[in-house]
Amino acid sequence: MIAVHVSNLIKNFGRISALDGLDLIVSTGEVHGFLGPNGSGKTTTIRILLGLLRQDGGTATLLGKDPWNDATDLHRRLAYVPGDVSLWPNLSGGEVIDLLGRLRGGLDGKKRARLLDRFDLDPTKKGRSYSKGNRQKVALVAALASNVELLILDEPTGGLDPLMESEFRAVINEERSTDRTVLLSSHILSEVEALCNRVSIIRDGRTIESGSLDELRHLSRTSVTAEVSAEVSSLRGLPGVHELRLEDHRVTFEVDSEHLGPVLSQLSRLGVSSLVSHPPTLEELFLRHYRQESGRS
Amino acid sequence: MSTLAGTSQLIGLVLKRDLGRLIAWILVLAGFPIITANALLELYGAPSARADLIATFGSNPAYSALLGPIYDSSIGALTAWRIGVIGSVLVALMAIFMVIRHTRDEEEAGRQELLGATVVGRHAPLTAAMSVVVGAGFIIGTLLTVGLAGLGLEISGAFAYGAGVAALTAVFVALGGVVAQLTSSGGAARGLGVGILGVAFLLRAAGDATAAEVLGWISPIGWFTRLRPFAGERWWVLGLSIGLAIVVAASAYLLASRRDLGAGVLPTRIGPGEAAEGLRNATGLAWRLQRAAMLGWSLGVAVLAAVYGTVADNVDEIFGGNPELADAFALLGGADRLTDTFFSVTASVLALVTAAYSIRTALRLRAEEEALRAEPVLITSVARWRWMGSHLLFAFIGPALMLLIGGLVMGATYGSAVGDFDGELPRLIAVTLAQLPAVWVLTGATAALFGLLPRLTEFAWGLLVALLFLGQVGQILRFPHWLLNLSPFTHTAGLTLENLQVLPIAVLVALSAFLAVIGFAAFRHRDVIP
Repeated sequence: MIAVHVSNLIKNFGRISALDGLDLIVSTGEVHGFLGPNGSGKTTTIRILLGLLRQDGGTATLLGKDPWNDATDLHRRLAYVPGDVSLWPNLSGGEVIDLLGRLRGGLDGKKRARLLDRFDLDPTKKGRSYSKGNRQKVALVAALASNVELLILDEPTGGLDPLMESEFRAVINEERSTDRTVLLSSHILSEVEALCNRVSIIRDGRTIESGSLDELRHLSRTSVTAEVSAEVSSLRGLPGVHELRLEDHRVTFEVDSEHLGPVLSQLSRLGVSSLVSHPPTLEELFLRHYRQESGRS
Repeated sequence: MSTLAGTSQLIGLVLKRDLGRLIAWILVLAGFPIITANALLELYGAPSARADLIATFGSNPAYSALLGPIYDSSIGALTAWRIGVIGSVLVALMAIFMVIRHTRDEEEAGRQELLGATVVGRHAPLTAAMSVVVGAGFIIGTLLTVGLAGLGLEISGAFAYGAGVAALTAVFVALGGVVAQLTSSGGAARGLGVGILGVAFLLRAAGDATAAEVLGWISPIGWFTRLRPFAGERWWVLGLSIGLAIVVAASAYLLASRRDLGAGVLPTRIGPGEAAEGLRNATGLAWRLQRAAMLGWSLGVAVLAAVYGTVADNVDEIFGGNPELADAFALLGGADRLTDTFFSVTASVLALVTAAYSIRTALRLRAEEEALRAEPVLITSVARWRWMGSHLLFAFIGPALMLLIGGLVMGATYGSAVGDFDGELPRLIAVTLAQLPAVWVLTGATAALFGLLPRLTEFAWGLLVALLFLGQVGQILRFPHWLLNLSPFTHTAGLTLENLQVLPIAVLVALSAFLAVIGFAAFRHRDVIP
């Protein structure tokens, strides 16, 4: 089942092109990371999916329906947390949570209480006196306390402290087990890495990569750091080794995943006293991707 | 670092953001009196023509309550009488709104924080906002002096007129500076500022219309008429305005240095942890957001109506002994009783006030959209028309409620004064409620603007100011009929219980519904844009 199906989406604001043929497919039940730098078109895509903007070209389907024409039907089945939460200055946080829940068609009272507790949020404060992080918590509780099919989160942790961020991750991981679909837009890669099954990476309004994290990593390299006693020049020139650097007895390099075996056996002959290796973080993947892209353009 | 550091850059910022808005205000506020004086010169150039006008309106307490007294028969004095008070109120509104817009609104939006962290002193934003608006008042005053003198009016009078307007601007700029410190929201600050202006207006009305003339002397609006431009200027009255402006501005600075950024002097309270039962749909939310303003405006209308109802009793008294004059007066107003004419004028004033309420209430749609607060509602099961309708509902029923209150209060006060409660109450309710269709046309126009041209929705205010001008001076300046007929208020003026015409009412209601439907349809088909 496909929850979100976007193909060749185009949106212009005057002469500025915001989306230029964007594709996005999210299957039901998955937590999908929607990655891209600031201004790449993430929020515009989401606002089209929410029926707030109308696309200039391409198609967008949400839970099998049209986000523009079937907006109110769809909105009963989804919840949204914007990156920039704006609250009514004279409504309390608790009132906003209840109101939005009721407008959506129901709120799970037990979940509401539990989430308020977990996010350590005081619901009696007025909108104008909340900090950015607390405004975001209000929107998160309002969205998560409902039992909807699809959660759309647009950079939802921008204002949260690390403690709350990990609480957020825990909550999303629980959501995953309830077979709910989550579209998580972010530029915080560790967050996407920790939560998502699949990711789509976009830039300048276009999708440049899409797939599971494993698939993306497969195309990529493993980072290795080792303390060795012998001379390392034998590593140089081995197929698949990149960015080789040596400081005293400490060697760091990257190796293409398919060449990992021969390189490791070569390394083991050099008297390894300590070895750290890790799969590429999305950070590295991401940086490399953009470096290449900007190198090309 | 000086607390004023960065003021000149901030003045530049204010001008960059709002030059167009300032120019519009300046042209309107300087233009109206000059156009009025010019038309009076053409129409009432002969002293005998003016004598009729003065005989009709002068020394009548009811009209003094509306417009202030006529001090002299010169064209200049008549201009000051006809447009002076209305102009003063508009000048005060400009001053209050512009200062709050560039101080408290900026703080509320969090932009002041961005600036405050740079080399900008604590008092720089307040100083910049106040300087710009005082400067605008100075320009308006200069244009008025030059324009009125250019028409050949007395130079000293022209200067007094201009200086009076400039000094009045300064007073309300300072007031805007104070209320911006008191509350933590711009909306509340505007409410407070307009409330104080309303009190000043009513004090002047009471002072001009009754024996308690001293009441007018404690109102800055009263000072403008008491400066007596073109009628033996009392220059020292200018000193009152300037002195008050300085004292009030000083207290704004004192308040500003005693509070935190973002906070008001008045405390913010905590709210309930859970929403009440009523807060469960779009209408519940709109009611929650609109109810305070609706209550405040209704109170204001009730007080205004009470003042009018009370002074109206004098209309018959004054003309009672002079039937010929009464006939002439009735001819001018087109009604068969003097009080009918008076109430027809007061009803149109109430209509303008409620139209202002209706426009601001409908503009809440755009404010919510702009502040990204429309989105959280629109992405729930609330359809667009329902959200738009939730706010428009109050923009439509608010004026109905207020005109009903106005008619009730005027009828009750006037009815008990003349001992005909049962007769006057329904009569005056009919007179005020007959204005409703015209008010609704403006409501509909605002809705249409919101749907079609969201970024220009505030143009609705321009529409109201234009109609205000047409309605207030159009008749006396003998504007052509087609022009007067453009205003919906022209078609509801003078409608009474005995003289209720269904056709204009039906046409206006249909027009307002048509405009609102256009607004709904256009909003359904456009992007939601901040």
